[in-house]
Order: sequence, then C-alpha cells, then structure tokens
Amino acid sequence: MFRFIVRRLLQLIPTLLGLSVLLFIWLRRLPGGPETAILGERGTPETRAAIRRNLGLDEPILVQYARFLRRMIRLDLGTSTGTKRAVTTEFVERFPGTVELTVMALVLAVGIGIPLGYLAARRRGQFLDHASVGGSLIGICIPVFFLAYVLKAIFAENLGWFPSSGRQDPTIGATRVTNFFVLDGIMTREWDAAADALWHLVLPGIALASIPLAIIVRITRASVLEVLNEDFVRTAEAKGLTERTVRRRHVLRNAMLPVATSIGLQAGLLLSGAVLTETVFAFSGIGAFVAESISQRDYPVLMGFIMIIAVVYVLVNLLVDLSYSVIDPRVRVR
Amino acid sequence: MRASRPKVAIAAIAVAALAVAGCAESDRESGSGDSKKDTLVFGVAGDPKVLDPSFASDGESLRVARQVFETLVRPEEGGTKVTPGLAESWTPDAAGTTWTFKLRSGVKFHDGTDFNAEAVCANFDRWYNAKGLMQSPDVTAYWQDVMGGFAKNEDPELGPSLFKSCTAKDATTVDLAFTRVSSKIPAALMLPSFSIQSPKAMEQYDASNVTGTAEDIKYPAYAMEHPTGTGPFKFKAWDIANKTLTIERNDDYHGDKAKLKTIIFKTISDENARKQALRSGDIQGYDLVGPADVEPLKKEGFNVLTRPAFNILYLAINQKGNPKLADLKVRQAIAHALNRQALVDSKLPPGAKVAMNFFPDTVEGWNGDVTKYDYDPAKAKALLAEAGASNLTLRFHYPTEVTRPYMPNPKDIFELLSADLKAVGINVQAIPLKWSPDYLNATTSGNKHDLHFLGWTGDYGDAYNFIGTFFDRQKDEWGFNNPALFTQFKDADTTADVAARTEKYKALNKTIMDFLPGVPISHSPPAIVFGKDVTGVKASPLTDERYSSAEFK
Repeated sequence: MFRFIVRRLLQLIPTLLGLSVLLFIWLRRLPGGPETAILGERGTPETRAAIRRNLGLDEPILVQYARFLRRMIRLDLGTSTGTKRAVTTEFVERFPGTVELTVMALVLAVGIGIPLGYLAARRRGQFLDHASVGGSLIGICIPVFFLAYVLKAIFAENLGWFPSSGRQDPTIGATRVTNFFVLDGIMTREWDAAADALWHLVLPGIALASIPLAIIVRITRASVLEVLNEDFVRTAEAKGLTERTVRRRHVLRNAMLPVATSIGLQAGLLLSGAVLTETVFAFSGIGAFVAESISQRDYPVLMGFIMIIAVVYVLVNLLVDLSYSVIDPRVRVR
Repeated sequence: MRASRPKVAIAAIAVAALAVAGCAESDRESGSGDSKKDTLVFGVAGDPKVLDPSFASDGESLRVARQVFETLVRPEEGGTKVTPGLAESWTPDAAGTTWTFKLRSGVKFHDGTDFNAEAVCANFDRWYNAKGLMQSPDVTAYWQDVMGGFAKNEDPELGPSLFKSCTAKDATTVDLAFTRVSSKIPAALMLPSFSIQSPKAMEQYDASNVTGTAEDIKYPAYAMEHPTGTGPFKFKAWDIANKTLTIERNDDYHGDKAKLKTIIFKTISDENARKQALRSGDIQGYDLVGPADVEPLKKEGFNVLTRPAFNILYLAINQKGNPKLADLKVRQAIAHALNRQALVDSKLPPGAKVAMNFFPDTVEGWNGDVTKYDYDPAKAKALLAEAGASNLTLRFHYPTEVTRPYMPNPKDIFELLSADLKAVGINVQAIPLKWSPDYLNATTSGNKHDLHFLGWTGDYGDAYNFIGTFFDRQKDEWGFNNPALFTQFKDADTTADVAARTEKYKALNKTIMDFLPGVPISHSPPAIVFGKDVTGVKASPLTDERYSSAEFK
C-alpha cells in the first residue's frame, strides 16, 4: 500500500517536467507577451523592451526554463507579471474560494446524480428515465459559461433571489479566520455569515455542477443496469431481502466503481469549469484570476496553475484508486 | 436497526460543525445591525495595489487615497481649478521658486496626532530622500513624473530634482522651495501622490521600508494595513479574500463630515458583471460604465454621471502597409469618405463629439483652425482617381472582446467605417483580432496592417501626453518618417514659457492635420453610475469623485 502511494507520487515528476516543457514553449509561441498586455495602447518599443528585460524575457528560452525549474524545486512559482505579487501568495489567497465552489459542485453532482441515475435504471424506459437521460445530454452540451450567465440573469438579476457576484455580502462584516467563508462563519458562530457564504455558492455551484452531474447520472444508470442483470442480484431478491437491502448492499456498492473513477477524472474538468464560472459570478477564486491571466499573458500564473492542476489531478485519482478497495474488497492495491 | 449511511454522514457533519463552532473569536462590533442605509457598496474594476498614496499610480489605489487622504491643494469638486485643501492659501516669492503655504489649523490625523507644518515637511523630506527600491519607477511613478529625481539619484537616468527643500516656519506656515520655475506648481500638488500622511503612523509601521526586488516589490505594513491621513474617511479593512475594501466616516473631520458611515469598494473586474450586480442590488454604484450601457441604465432610473471627455479615438493609416497609403491624396480620400458625425450619433454615448485634433478641447493647445475633412464621398472618389488608386484593397484590423472608454463597440465602429470606405470604391479586407495582446501586437509592430483604430485616455491635461505619444518619432503603427515634424515636437517640448508652448502645440495640430497620418474620429465622455436612490456625488474630469458627498435619498 505504502509503496503503491510512493510510486504514484514519483510518477508526478516526469509528468510535471513534460507538461512544463510543452507549456513553456506553447506560451512563448503565442503572439504578444505580458509587456503588450501590461502597457495596452500605451506601449512604445522602448517601454516594451524595458519590461521584457525586467521580466527576463529577453534571455534564451533555455535560460528562462532553467530559472523556472530552479524556482519550482524550491516550490516558488515566481511573481505574477500582472499583479506584481508572488504567484503562491495569489493562489493561497484565492484557493479557499475555489475549493468551496468545487466542493459545492461535487456535493450537488454526487448528491443528485447518483440517486437520479439509480432511479433512471430502476425505471428503465419510463418517463423519469427518458427525462434524466435527455436532461443529462443537455447538461453536457450546454457550455458552462452560458449556463452560468443564464442562471445569473434569471435568478439574480430578474428575480433577485440570489446574489449576482462575490463570495459574501461585504456589509455583513464577517470575521476572517481561514478564508473558507462557510467554515469561518461556523467557527466564529456568525451563522448569518456562514449562511450568506453558502447562499453565494448556490448559483455558481449549480453552473459548475452541470457537466459532472450529467456524466454521473449517465454512468450510474449504465452501471446500475449492468449490475441489476447480475446473478447475485437475482439471488439476493430470491432470498427475500427487502428492496432497500438489495439496493444498498448489492446493487449500489457494485455499481459505484465506474462512478468513482469518473469523479476522479472530473477533478480537472471542475477546475477548468471554475475558470469560466468564477468569471461570470465575479467570484474571487483561482479560476477568475487565471481567466484574467490568460489575456494578460501572465506566464508565471499560467505555468503555476497548470502545474497545480496536474498535481491535484494525480492526487485525486490516487485517492480514487485507494477508495476502490473500500468500495470493492476484491480490488486490492499493491 | 442500524442507522443508514446518509444519516450517519449527516450526524457526523453536524458533530464536526459543533466541534469547530466557537473555536475562533468573532471580532464583530455588537449592534452592527441594519446598516444597509448608511453603507454604500461601490463596484470597481480592479483591486487597489497599495494604500500608501506615495507609491500608487493605478486608478483604484488612487480612488481609495482620495477619500482617506488630503493634499495641500485640491481640485474644486467636479472641476479642475486649484482650490484650498490642507493649505488655506499659497503665494510664490518674487523669483517664483519658493512657495509659502498657509495651513489650516486644528486638523488632526486619524491617529489623533496634529497636522502641522512639521508634518508637511516630514512627508516632503521622505519623498525627496527616497532610497533603494523607493526610487524604482514602479514605486514612485508620480514623484518622478512631477519632480524628476531625488536628493541622491541612484540611477544615472534620473534627472535633477525640481523639489529643493521644505521649511516649517511656524505651526501653520510652510515654505516649499524648488530648483527652478515650473508651471506644474502648485497644480501638480493636487495629485493624490502628494497626500500628507501621519508621520507617527509612518514611523510606527515602517512606511519607507520597501523590500524585495525590482520585479517583486514588497510593501511595508503601513502601505497595506495602516494608511493614516486627515480625510473624511478612515481606512477600516481590506478583505483580500472577498475582494472588498472598507472605509468608514471620520467623525473628527475638520470639514463637512461624510454623510454615510461606511463605503465598501468591491472588485468586480467584468464590466457586464458590474452592471448585473447593480441591477440585482449587490452594489449601489460602479465606475467604468460601458458607453453602450449609459442610455439603458438612465432609462432604468439609475443615476448616470458623465465626466467631461478626456480621450480620443482615431483611425490609423499605416504608410508602410500598402504603398498607396504614402500618397497624401489617398489619405485625404479616406478622411473624406468617413461619415464621422453619423458614427458619433449612432454608436457613441450622449455627449460624444467628432474630433478635429488628436486630443480634446479640454487640453491647452487645441486648435479649431485646422484643415477639416468633411464627409464628402464624391470628393473622396475624385481624390482616389487622381492618385490612381481607384481599385484599392486595404487590410483593416479591428479588435474583438474589448470596450475602451473611447470605443464602446469596436465591431459596430468597424462596420460603419468599412461601409463608408466601400461606398467610395475601396475594398476592405476585415481582420478581427483579440484585443490583448494579438490586436495590439499586430497594429503597433511590423507592416502587415493598413488601417486600424485605436485611442488614448489622457493622464493629465497635457498636449504632449496625447500627440507626442503618437507622432514624436518614427513608429510602426503609422509607418512614416517625417523629420520636420519630429523636430517641431522637440522644439515644443523644450519651450519653458507656457503661452509660447501652447502656441507651438496649436501649430503642431495644424501640421498634423495637413499631413494627415490618420483620421481623428471622436471624443467620448466616460460615465460613472450610482443607484436610483443615491445622490450627492459630482462627476470629475480628473476622476476625483468625493464619496463623502454621497447619500441615500
């Protein structure tokens, strides 16, 4: 078990190296650089050259890459060219918001997706089945950005049920402890602050959950259908077990393996979806920051973000693999 | 009977919540109940970068500084005239190099210490004696812009300092001496960068200890957490995680006290998102209103304020692109082909004007007596025929995904302009590009562009800041080399006498409009908006709005 984890973590190193080389070359091949974005319409050739020199972009790409690697080894991601602050500081400040949002989206996707997928499979061919399969197709096809925009226009702008922007109403004057606003509200017993932070998570959470929810519904449905046809289910039913017991002990548990895998694969999807969702809802997380950084050609921020996504992706999938043995004792990691 | 798993999970979460509940102190003041009506939440486009105004050059840092701090002299509310600030009067000596400022008495800083002549000198001496990173152009941009250099310049590129010394003659009299006569004094002292800050607080929180490297500047605690001035508002909190900055009323303010107790600046970088936040009541006002939103917001009953225009939109013609463009007749034909008035009437916000020069008439040196190019398609066709360019094809770049104060909707502008050009027989090849950095890159370097449009917003009321930036040397954007024009610029820039310099800029405007490197199109007034029930704020051409005047009806 321990060796398995270490081996998987060691695999991170070549992954990150390969990714960083590709990204380094790709970013610098894009037209324009941070100096154009920083200066806007105010750039003269001299001021642009000065900024490039300041950022060390006038050196050969190999030298730049070596500098990047040296910093990476010290876990230093450099300085954002846009905000002039350390990339790690920027990420640490914005990280809690993105985590709250992705957790909200995952809770929605799993909490609704699994029961819905199960019910669709049990009532195969009935209305609920068609509705959820059709609905999930729409969920996959609608761009997150568009859905976020529509949700905001209807429920925030027109009906005024939800806030349209930010993570918390600033007039509440909440106390900050960890910068996880919901947690902070609970820790300081400022229940209204915690509730308000949750309320701010609803619309962006729904928008971000749309694709994972659709995928989970479909995979759960397919997987449950497969399990329902297994002999052991018929045996269990023949033994006269209640439907609840059959459902929980036999069907769901066996059907969860592929679902767990797909949740792991969606970690990256959630982070990239957060870029769009946070932008629409002016939600101060890593995603909105990265969206701005793309047009700013903020190389250090973009490099740092992709590196972090890669690490998160590998770690989440490691957790998924480890959870297999909990879900299905026949699977043993070595 | 075993509890089902979901129930166990919910119970576990509840237990965990109760376990962490109360494990941190709430630092709320009691009785902060319904404060909605004395709190204004105002949407801004970006986070401030630094709260010490001496180090600030971005609009959002300056916005906060203008509420918390005061300068010796200040612009009149809603205008540009120099009026008393912390100084009640000011007079130059016979030579014009030493100015005596009479200070207001009985003024206190937010930390309770006295504002007096010594405090003024402590501030000027701090700026003048800046060392190390405090001399970086990123840190003290405005000081360097106005004063040139420091007591001891560490970079040979820096010039001699205009500022010489500050002398406190008594508690309310201060002498500022300069090395030469300059038209900048006293007007430049209105800039928030010259805000007078509490010497005690600056010392206590290490205000001058700027550390890090030129590309990674770290500001001291004073500049991030303890800005201390004399203004109508006190700094309260900067919640970086929630992107909000809170200031609250200074009840000991020496002038008219702020009408509202609290102002919260909330960062919403997307223009559309700011508009939606206003409509849904999240915020009660925002700045940088998209020109296309001005009319709809007015119709909905919001208080839209218009600032006097301080910008220019122009069509640039690159003479290194298509060789035909080096022919003046072809450029004149393009100018006559454009129906600029129709564009202003249909696509720009109310108050926009067709441009005659490459800068607005609010700037000294503007010249109404230049060659004008009226809309005249017949003349345009004739000129093209004369130049042997009747079948001209031009690559026309326009930007996407952007609005600027001077161009609300680039695509619409492009369509109108290209229709005008097609009407006189010019074939237009449309090249849309993403604004940053693709478009900026393509239009300001190389020679793959023929036509494009771009613009400029002034930093301060100075002609060179507009036309000098465009035309004082050979640039890829325009692709021409005109040594006579470049010499004329040098001459104007080095003329000390204000009246003579203004005349030279007028002459320059005439030269430019005859040479016609491009076509000036329009000036658009930028707008700022407040909620339906928020009144009192006056729009300022220098973006010096005073939030202390804001109140709810």
